[in-house]
Amino acid sequence: MTALAKLFRATAFKLTLAILGLSAIGAALVLGVVAWQVIKLVDDETRQTIEAEAKGLSEQYDVGGVRQLGAIIEARSRQPGSSLYLLTDSAGEPLAGNVAQLPPGVLDRAGVVDTPYETADESSPGRRALARIFVLPGGFHLLVGRDLGDRARIGAVMVRAMAVSLVFFAALAALGALFVARRVLSRIDAMNGSARAIMAGDLTRRLPVSGSDDELDRLARGLNEMLARIADLMAGMREVSDNIAHDLRTPLTRLRNHAEEALRGDADRAAYRVALERTIEESDGLIKIFNALLLIARAEAGAESAGMSAFDVGETVASVAELYEPLAEEYGVALRVEAASGLTIVGNRELIGQAVANLIDNAVKYGAGEAGEPPAEGRSEIAVSARGDGATVTIEVADHGPGIPAADRARAIHRFVRLEGARSRPGFGLGLSLAAAVMRMHGGAVRLEDNAPGLRVAVTLPAGVPALPSPAAKAAA
Amino acid sequence: MSSMRILIIEDDRDAAAYLVKAFREAGYAVDHAADGVGGYDLAQEGGYDVAIVDRMLPKMDGLALIGALRAQNIETPVLILSALGQVDDRVKGLRAGGDDYLAKPYAFSELLARVEALARRRPKGAPEETTYRLGDLALDRLSHKVTRAGEEIALQPREFRLLEYLMQNAGKVVTRTMLLEHVWDYHFDPQTNVIDVHVSRLRAKIDRDFDAPMLHTVRGAGYMLRDGAR
Repeated sequence: MTALAKLFRATAFKLTLAILGLSAIGAALVLGVVAWQVIKLVDDETRQTIEAEAKGLSEQYDVGGVRQLGAIIEARSRQPGSSLYLLTDSAGEPLAGNVAQLPPGVLDRAGVVDTPYETADESSPGRRALARIFVLPGGFHLLVGRDLGDRARIGAVMVRAMAVSLVFFAALAALGALFVARRVLSRIDAMNGSARAIMAGDLTRRLPVSGSDDELDRLARGLNEMLARIADLMAGMREVSDNIAHDLRTPLTRLRNHAEEALRGDADRAAYRVALERTIEESDGLIKIFNALLLIARAEAGAESAGMSAFDVGETVASVAELYEPLAEEYGVALRVEAASGLTIVGNRELIGQAVANLIDNAVKYGAGEAGEPPAEGRSEIAVSARGDGATVTIEVADHGPGIPAADRARAIHRFVRLEGARSRPGFGLGLSLAAAVMRMHGGAVRLEDNAPGLRVAVTLPAGVPALPSPAAKAAA
Repeated sequence: MSSMRILIIEDDRDAAAYLVKAFREAGYAVDHAADGVGGYDLAQEGGYDVAIVDRMLPKMDGLALIGALRAQNIETPVLILSALGQVDDRVKGLRAGGDDYLAKPYAFSELLARVEALARRRPKGAPEETTYRLGDLALDRLSHKVTRAGEEIALQPREFRLLEYLMQNAGKVVTRTMLLEHVWDYHFDPQTNVIDVHVSRLRAKIDRDFDAPMLHTVRGAGYMLRDGAR
């Protein structure tokens, strides 16, 4: 397709042409109405003049009969720019007047006529007149009229004006359409180019935004947001597969080693038993990792939806906290729970329960000392709370442990990330990312904050009927 | 144990052979069907204490099979075994008429414990007992009083629910996930041995001051409440 053909096919080009075409028709209509009105005005004036003349002549006729009428007509006919007169006898022969010729039969029709005529002196054909015809006693006919040349001239001027403006409109339309189409086309072409580059694998490319905030900009921004979300998901997928490759290899290697070790040498039944038990233990751990990864992936895709129902999240927080209370006690910390009741949200109670359990589990494990050891000074309490303000529900789990340095907080939510100091503890580094994924799926956000000392994880969820998680909520998360 | 009859509907040959062998060793009389239609025919003949149904079966889908059985008022307890283990899948399975749901891969001890719990369930419509008794331990479900050897034991509400469930299943193994499901109504993996801590608290209350322990840990499986005096 040539550049010009492309230009002519552009929607903007066609639209511009159509709009200018419509404007041209509109302008023609306006001119037409004006012309019609002007002509009507001229006609009215002509009629009034004729009426006045006729009245004058009728008075003359009343006084002096046909003879005086003929004399007056002769006199008036000779004045320049005069009206048109014709007086004929009963045989149709002209007696006086400046009209030389009329189409036959015109004089027989009494009343107002619009008729062609010719004058005696100059023969300029095609003249028209508006005339009134009277039939006088004795078979005399009298015509009083005015030439319609003015009207024709005004009509011609109007037609010329219309033609000229149409030509201007056409030129303007073509130019405007070309300009708009080229402008729009160049931007669309730029967008297309970006799209091709993205398809070719450059996922960081974005559609150009001109900054004029017009509809193309809004489209570009919308598509860019979509691209960003897709890139996020892709990055997530890549991260998962990388994580699986790296972090499952270790337990799989251990699994294999145990089996191999048992086979090597002459192990007795007891040794086989131990090796097999360890194998089962390792595979159970792997299953747990897989389940957690699947759950995160499904929560991030927003796929878990059938289990959605309205439930009291305050009750959920309280019951999960209660579930962990004896464990916390074993670790030597007290769980202080302040969960308001009646905090209704719509969501998956199981997943929210799991997320809250993960947060409390983390707080107990990392916020307290080792199990059975007395906790370090000031680490004796974990505060779990749930409260609502009508629009949102906030769940907080705050410990007095070592906390997470501000620089590491964003990273801590990622899968398999186990921060310094956590590596010696049991776990896979999936708990927090699972909790974050579940909360995001419910339109909520997870914030890690300084509890001075310690870590406070604050989750904000929309209360009541949740809208679908908006991009803004996701971006904030 | 009078031989319990169990029907396994599973299309994977290895998995089916493993289940048949394991349940026979556990003392069950086992029938096996390799597809949905065959399984439906066998289940219709009735007389099974429990049916284990794989979710995805050739010829007739597992959930459709359960629906068809329930439509004919065949109330054989059904445990759904499925590779689909997400919360949604579980909800769908139970809505379709399944009595329990276990995701693959599973530990056989978990499956066995769940099947036993289903097999000896009180038949539908039978009057509920208001007092559970086991040896010298008694639990009154109405007054929420627990006594052992006539001595009243004060329990927290959750401990009461825990003991109630254990007594309902006295003499049978109950797993940690079964406890989490029935006492707390959660089905997720709590990561840490939270259930163990609750059980040891309960144990401290009902066993510590008495000679014969009743609440036993079954290694690799879960817990069992039984009358230690016998």
